[in-house]
Amino acid sequence: MYELIIVGAGPAGMTAAVYAARKRLNTLLISDDVGGQPITTVGIENYMGYQFIEGPELMQKFEEQVRQFPSDVKVQVGQKAESLSRIDGGFEIKTDKGEIHRAKAVIFATGKRPRKLNVLGEKEFLGRGVTYCAICDGPLFAGENVAVIGGGNSALEAAEDMIRIAQHVYLISLTPLTGDRILIDKVTGASNLTVFVDHEILEIKGKGRVEGIKIRDLKSKQQRELDVGGVFIEIGLIPNSEAIKAITTLNRFGEVEVNYANETGVPGLFAAGDVTNVPEKQIVVAAGEGAKAALQAHRYLQRLK
Amino acid sequence: MTREVKIYTTPGCPYCKMAKKFLGDNDIKYQEFNVVEDKAARDEMRNKCSSLGVPTICFDDEVLVGFDEAQLREKLGL
Repeated sequence: MYELIIVGAGPAGMTAAVYAARKRLNTLLISDDVGGQPITTVGIENYMGYQFIEGPELMQKFEEQVRQFPSDVKVQVGQKAESLSRIDGGFEIKTDKGEIHRAKAVIFATGKRPRKLNVLGEKEFLGRGVTYCAICDGPLFAGENVAVIGGGNSALEAAEDMIRIAQHVYLISLTPLTGDRILIDKVTGASNLTVFVDHEILEIKGKGRVEGIKIRDLKSKQQRELDVGGVFIEIGLIPNSEAIKAITTLNRFGEVEVNYANETGVPGLFAAGDVTNVPEKQIVVAAGEGAKAALQAHRYLQRLK
Repeated sequence: MTREVKIYTTPGCPYCKMAKKFLGDNDIKYQEFNVVEDKAARDEMRNKCSSLGVPTICFDDEVLVGFDEAQLREKLGL
């Protein structure tokens, strides 16, 4: 049995791992990937110590720092925690690879993932016109009509990129646009952009690749079809909290509720980073929360002795 | 075993960088095509691989869209 298992290897999980190692806790770090959300962040200009750094490079530095302590922290990548349950003297984690790991304490730091639309055609046309990474796939739709789905900053940023590249951009949002005013002004002034607010997506259509979408006005119920070759889905993030929802409390957004000391309602189960209800989803905040969680876990383990 | 591995990328794509790093770390030689600049490569990716996402990684008869380390490891027999 480990003293501590950290689930998730983003900024929170990896920072927790370094703090755990420095307390010489016998630790297992498990995660399906290394780096978490910053991997898709091109430029970071607000992580102290770096005036500018790319997300993948910063996360590589985090990983190197974790791997300095191989005797204290065992790192297992490519496994996702599917469920976490309480056992005598601690916790048991089952992974999607069928492995079982046990520890006296757990830090849950699994972050968030892009929300899906859950409409017909979304899955079928993934990589064939449907994308969740505008920065990656945007240039492939040069000169075509595209739809950007969402009304927040990510959607507006994708729209801002695409008005420069695409023939025409349709920005489609379920609600009025909620992003920063400066972005809204910049984007909605473009001559090759049409905004549909209070519209839902009914279907993504095509043959072999995306050829169009069907949308509906929430108020008038009027439907219309738009010819587009690309659909950029930017409708926010959802917390990866499924594995522990059976044993602890989530808020209405699905985030794990923790107190100021990263404690969940379950003794020995801590949570940190974007998966929690802590406000402000920032790398520097997640890293700080990871450090706090590890120090609290250490204190908890000391009390058990 | 030598096999021809092609990777289609765009310059801003972080997953493309991760995929290339993975291939490099595992001593797998690959040919990279920047589909923003290389229109012929873009057409090849679209038509031959039926892909509109990057990275698209092609070898043997496999076409992998996106970077999924576990899947790539399995298909490459690593």
